Amino acid sequence: MGLGVGAIGSRALSVGHLIYAVAVIQHGSEVVGLERVRFRWPGQTTDTVSIDELHLAAGEHLFVRGSSGSGKTTLLNLLCGIHTPTSGTVRLLGTDLAGLKASGRDRFRADHVGVVFQQFNLLPYLSTLENVTLSCSFSGRKKQRATEGADLKETARRLLSDLNLDPELHGAPVSKLSVGQQQRVAVARALIGGPEILIADEPTSALDADNRDRFMDLLFRETKARGCTLIFVSHDPQLAERFEHTIGLDPVPAGSRSAS
Amino acid sequence: MTLLLIALKSARFRRTSIVLTVLAIAISATLLLGVDKIRKESRASFFNTVAGTDLIVGARSSPTNLLLYSVFRIGNATNNVSWETYESIAEQDEVAWTIPIALGDSHRGFRVMGTSTDYFEFYRYGNKQQLSLDAGERFEGVYDAVLGADVARDLGYKVGNEIVISHGLTSADFADHDDKPFTVVGIFDRTGTPVDRTVHVDLAGIEAIHVDFRDGSRSGVPLDAEQALQFDLTPTSITAFMVGLENRAQTFQVQREINEFRAEPMTAILPGATLSEFWRTIAPVEQVLFVISGFVLFAGLLGMLTTILSTLNERRREIAVLRAVGARGRHVVMLIVLETLLVVTAGCALGVGMLYALMSLARPTVARRFGVDLALTWLDSTQLGILGLVIGAAVVVALIPGFIAYRRSIQDGLALKV
Repeated sequence: MGLGVGAIGSRALSVGHLIYAVAVIQHGSEVVGLERVRFRWPGQTTDTVSIDELHLAAGEHLFVRGSSGSGKTTLLNLLCGIHTPTSGTVRLLGTDLAGLKASGRDRFRADHVGVVFQQFNLLPYLSTLENVTLSCSFSGRKKQRATEGADLKETARRLLSDLNLDPELHGAPVSKLSVGQQQRVAVARALIGGPEILIADEPTSALDADNRDRFMDLLFRETKARGCTLIFVSHDPQLAERFEHTIGLDPVPAGSRSAS
Repeated sequence: MTLLLIALKSARFRRTSIVLTVLAIAISATLLLGVDKIRKESRASFFNTVAGTDLIVGARSSPTNLLLYSVFRIGNATNNVSWETYESIAEQDEVAWTIPIALGDSHRGFRVMGTSTDYFEFYRYGNKQQLSLDAGERFEGVYDAVLGADVARDLGYKVGNEIVISHGLTSADFADHDDKPFTVVGIFDRTGTPVDRTVHVDLAGIEAIHVDFRDGSRSGVPLDAEQALQFDLTPTSITAFMVGLENRAQTFQVQREINEFRAEPMTAILPGATLSEFWRTIAPVEQVLFVISGFVLFAGLLGMLTTILSTLNERRREIAVLRAVGARGRHVVMLIVLETLLVVTAGCALGVGMLYALMSLARPTVARRFGVDLALTWLDSTQLGILGLVIGAAVVVALIPGFIAYRRSIQDGLALKV
């Protein structure tokens, strides 16, 4: 799968806005497609997110590097359909999210996207297993795919085992799990029902180096095995080496962030 | 997993604040239902006090006063009706029966009522029930007494006991008719009316204990019980009397005749009409009670709203997680509304339980002290309506935090950092 990444940073800086652009020349099926996406909060004079072009194919892994305040939160919300861009197109699996109503975008996310947060991914009042199967409560598609050939609990157990979680912990309350174990449960929940896109927002920030490396190994193994497109956000540049594609959302020099 | 199950598990996780909210709602529900119950039962007991009586006649006074002293044994007559007048009315063709009532004496705080054996025949209460005896028999002799159920229970009397009647309504020693004791010959079944709190004797008995009394105090020559029997014990006057007519259509005609009776100024009342009139004068009290319980409910709902709103902050993470796994806006609203529904339904159920527990605890006391029987009947349509209103109001109230939670979940998005 050939690709070309071209950052058009000069143009971004010249207009004094935060403009990050990655152009991925597309070959084959497009899973994520962003075109001339701008997002600006009401009342502000600068764009929080500005991406000219971004294309990801099935199974590709993208590393989004950016510290806090760089607009990565907004970018994730755009990719999840929580927000819609002020202008431009966000296309997932050929569907233009702007063409859907809010509830339609929620449904689309439920069916096709898995999300892993920084931490506190799990609902404390559900068991480990219930947390994993929770995704299927809001998506008929995920539920259907998760129950092909096995019942839902069985699928969830297998996923947890794939992610090296001791079967003894499957029925345990999540408070009994370490942070690393919790993050693996969160990945299992994001992967159940075979979503095409996995979005992870600094999932390793609460892990020590050892746990972080093991977590990354598992994440890559499982997403590769499922052909799942991974969008991984982190401020940790060390992790970027593992990814095929990287874009940076680093803030532009202070002088150019005038306005508002 | 359904949203209801999620709501249940989430609520169980925050059980302390949830339980307190349930309790607040339960107390409001108990109060509302309790006030409604007391209102209905006291109304029923009030209107059940006398039945089948067409007219009550006494010396000229206000209808309410006449009703209060003749039926409820509250207050006193200002004047008496002469025996001749009573007899002349009792003998009229339209009149089927009469029950004479002579009040003025008491026994250890209970009123003594002189009457005739017609009382056993014709007095009706509740659903036109006749008085029935729990033990013993009707009075026949001059010094026989038949007790109301409460009198017998409170004072521990049985058939065969002797009782002393006090002159007037205080039980001061000097005025005891202790020279002429009465024998308990019968005890009535409980009626839930003032009959339960009355000592019934024959008119002749009332007359006998007063033969040596003049103007309310002892005359010089005391007479013992046997000697008193030698006198003519036909009373010279009575306090009031109840009238049953041959034909109820003549009620107003007879009432007018009595009110215009030339020989003596009298008042005849229709018990039902006067009961209603009197009830209307105390109706504002029940309305005030209702308004107060309404405010208690309002406070309960407000407390619930406060609790929900205060938990929204700690639930931001929970809602963000649910949103991330695909919960739609209406799911977020529904989650809050469902939780409220659970809390309020549990609160109402607990409130109903508390109501019945309280009622079965208070029932004997209330029956004894107020003559109101709090029957443990199933909730009626009004009470179910009240509960429905409570639940409905709570759901409407819950929409507020529901939408706040939804709006916030959009602002927070998925990458919430707490």
